[in-house]
Amino acid sequence: MRPTFSEGGKLSKLHSVFEGFEAFLFVPDTTSHSGVHIHDSIDSKRTMSWVILAMVPALLFGMYNTGYQHFLAIGGLVDKGFWEIFGWGALAVLPYIVVSYGVGLGIEFISAQIKKEEIQEGFLVTGLLIPLILPIGVPLWMVAVATAFSVVFVKEIFGGTGYNIFNVALMTRAFLFFAYPAKMSGTSVWVTTRGSFGFGAVLPVVDGFSGATPLGQAASAVGDSVHFTNIVGQPLTWWDMFLGFEPGSIGETSTLAILIGAIFLIVTGIASWKIITAVFAGGIGSILLFNALAVNIYMAVPFWEQICMGGFAFGAVFMATDPVTASRTETGKWIYGILIGVLAMIIRVLNPAYPEGMMLAILLMNIFAKLIDYYVVQGNIDKRLKRSAAAAKKGGNHE
Amino acid sequence: MKNNFKITKGLDIPITGIASLEVVSAGESEIWSVNPNDYHGVIPRLLVRVGDLVKAGTPVYSDKNRPEVLFVSPISGVVTNIVRGEKRKLLNILIKADAQTEYVPFPIRNPLEMSGDEVMKTLLESGLWPTLRQRPYDTIADPHKTARDIFVTGFDSSPLAPNYDFILKGQGADFQKGLDALTRLNEGKVFLGLSVNSHAPELNQALRVEICRFDGPHPAGLVGIQINQIKPVNKGEVVYTANALDVLAIGRFFNQGKTDRTRLVAITGPMVRKPCYVRCKPGIPMKTLLEGNVYKEASLRYVSGNALTGKQTETDGYLSANAHQVTVLKEGEGIHEMLGWALPRLNLFSFSRTYFTKLVRRFQPEKAYEPDTRLLGGERALIMSGEYEKVFPMDILPEHLTRACISGNIERQEELGIYEVAPEDFALCEYVCTSKVQVQQAVRDALEKLKAENGD
Repeated sequence: MRPTFSEGGKLSKLHSVFEGFEAFLFVPDTTSHSGVHIHDSIDSKRTMSWVILAMVPALLFGMYNTGYQHFLAIGGLVDKGFWEIFGWGALAVLPYIVVSYGVGLGIEFISAQIKKEEIQEGFLVTGLLIPLILPIGVPLWMVAVATAFSVVFVKEIFGGTGYNIFNVALMTRAFLFFAYPAKMSGTSVWVTTRGSFGFGAVLPVVDGFSGATPLGQAASAVGDSVHFTNIVGQPLTWWDMFLGFEPGSIGETSTLAILIGAIFLIVTGIASWKIITAVFAGGIGSILLFNALAVNIYMAVPFWEQICMGGFAFGAVFMATDPVTASRTETGKWIYGILIGVLAMIIRVLNPAYPEGMMLAILLMNIFAKLIDYYVVQGNIDKRLKRSAAAAKKGGNHE
Repeated sequence: MKNNFKITKGLDIPITGIASLEVVSAGESEIWSVNPNDYHGVIPRLLVRVGDLVKAGTPVYSDKNRPEVLFVSPISGVVTNIVRGEKRKLLNILIKADAQTEYVPFPIRNPLEMSGDEVMKTLLESGLWPTLRQRPYDTIADPHKTARDIFVTGFDSSPLAPNYDFILKGQGADFQKGLDALTRLNEGKVFLGLSVNSHAPELNQALRVEICRFDGPHPAGLVGIQINQIKPVNKGEVVYTANALDVLAIGRFFNQGKTDRTRLVAITGPMVRKPCYVRCKPGIPMKTLLEGNVYKEASLRYVSGNALTGKQTETDGYLSANAHQVTVLKEGEGIHEMLGWALPRLNLFSFSRTYFTKLVRRFQPEKAYEPDTRLLGGERALIMSGEYEKVFPMDILPEHLTRACISGNIERQEELGIYEVAPEDFALCEYVCTSKVQVQQAVRDALEKLKAENGD
């Protein structure tokens, strides 16, 4: 089969597709020809697939929650069984996954063919991250456009996997947020009242329906403190927010599912525990500061509720830890993480224009990640210079 | 001054086929070879012609840039063939051995009674000078540069490495003489790095040297790591490095007055039937060395040296002049693992926690693995961060230095400590790299370019 796809063969234009599938199905049998003769069994496919595994709890719960919020909105939740709710939600989320992977991988294959290189696995993770950070109400064609934009302008023109400056999935969301703001925020996009799989008429909602997420509610709350409610007006407890029974982006709502993913990533050593801890530390620290200063009721929201709201936890575990765009020195990771946590809370609480600060905080810190590394590396360089100067002086004294 | 060092970063790779502590003599061989490619950074200038008679110790080629550095024949005989490759590159100088080896006679002297210059001149004439290497650049020591200190490593922590305690047993007098010779070469000290697990009196009771003990996994035995812990090299300084087994040969030369390169070579690896030590000289054909001792079912890779830093040798090749170990591995071509990257793969070793290696080894601490030569992945750009730092116990940032080497940024390389390192220090980084980057080659290329730039 190989000669048909190689240079000069009939299907040589699809060579990168063939190689991609071959590399996906088999471990390549290339042997080492320079340096070490044996290699560790870890490779980037293993690493990427483990990240996908870590996202599965958030994905599964997100599917269930999509169905749950849908039936809560149109009424009749009590009559529906677990599989009906989950099935409905899964069918609603599936088109987004298909579009995201289809567009992204299509562009990656074309780029690999143009560059005459092996297709790389970076998009395996990005392709699943993109649907998880979108509200369920976003039209599919927008997802396709945004994914295409991100893969081409944020990843491929810089050189592909390992060379991008900005987090690709987050840029997709940022593109949608700034290009189509009405479809990305507000109160009507978080719960879908269409029929499943994108088909079917819009169904009428029950009385008292409000699609606002806890973040939206906190930003617009008046009175003496924020009272969180779910989409039909009933009070939303902290337990609901932790488990994830609230409206929000598909994968972001369940802090528990994200926590499971985080433990998995930390135990297997794929994500840096330093970054995750630092983001939470920075975030919680800022919240405590806001609590102390509380000028308005949003600032008074306690930290255990704040970290379960919005995309903070998801961003901390899956976005901030992207090794290519984060700081790469061990000291740098702490600084990078803390600044993300602090900035996310500042943008969220103090800025009336953006309800969610995590996306912008991470993208901003992506710019500064390498600057942080620069100073850490400079510290190492200075230490060496100082040692060299001291040795030269001592040598001079002996002359 | 601190003398005990604990190395926490690193990795011991458990491979089957460690040499048992028995010595076997090598078989007879007619044709031997001197390979100029054994030494890096040397442009050979041939000193013999086909038909010349040589003795053990006769110079066969010299370094064009440093004509006083001589490389000698290990055996006596007649030069039968000069093998050249592409662009007339000198590959092998083949010598047909005499029945009895004749040695070039040298006076037997005590180095402690000689001046530094005399010792250096003697070492250069004996053909043993190339066993001394230097930092920076990790090339053969430059006789024109005075070394600040000399560092000798007394153990090898590489996978399946030969046991120095065993090899040096009973050779204390020769070893000490070798150390004495080194002490004469400069004003500084001679440091001897020993493992805390080494108890041989030949090493532990060495005189006139500063003994430093190292505890921890590989690369604790690498001289570069030892230098960085004991007294790092600064820009502008030169240090010499040596290996205890080569110091033994130097000592034997001063005690016996002849260049006798006979050594114990550890035959190791998962494809060796009976891993053991073979008494032989360098330049012996690999076929003779490994006769009947390897499993022939699969295609094999012969490595002169260890699996991380050794040099691939053809099956009809010859043992390298600086090799004290041979590793025989299975070539991985043709092994197709379906969806291998998703499977548990309990029979493969990994430093990463995405495999069950640590769990398996908790129940089977003595488990050893049989690696083959596959990359086990595709070459990618650097993605994961913090990998190299976990196996690189120097106060140098390995990933950033590697990047500077790959991108050719010479100022950056200097700032980050390129003068202190050798490619072998990065071998473990290359082993654990998820992206299969050729780190050692990148560092070697950078060091070569730097040496040319600096005109050293």
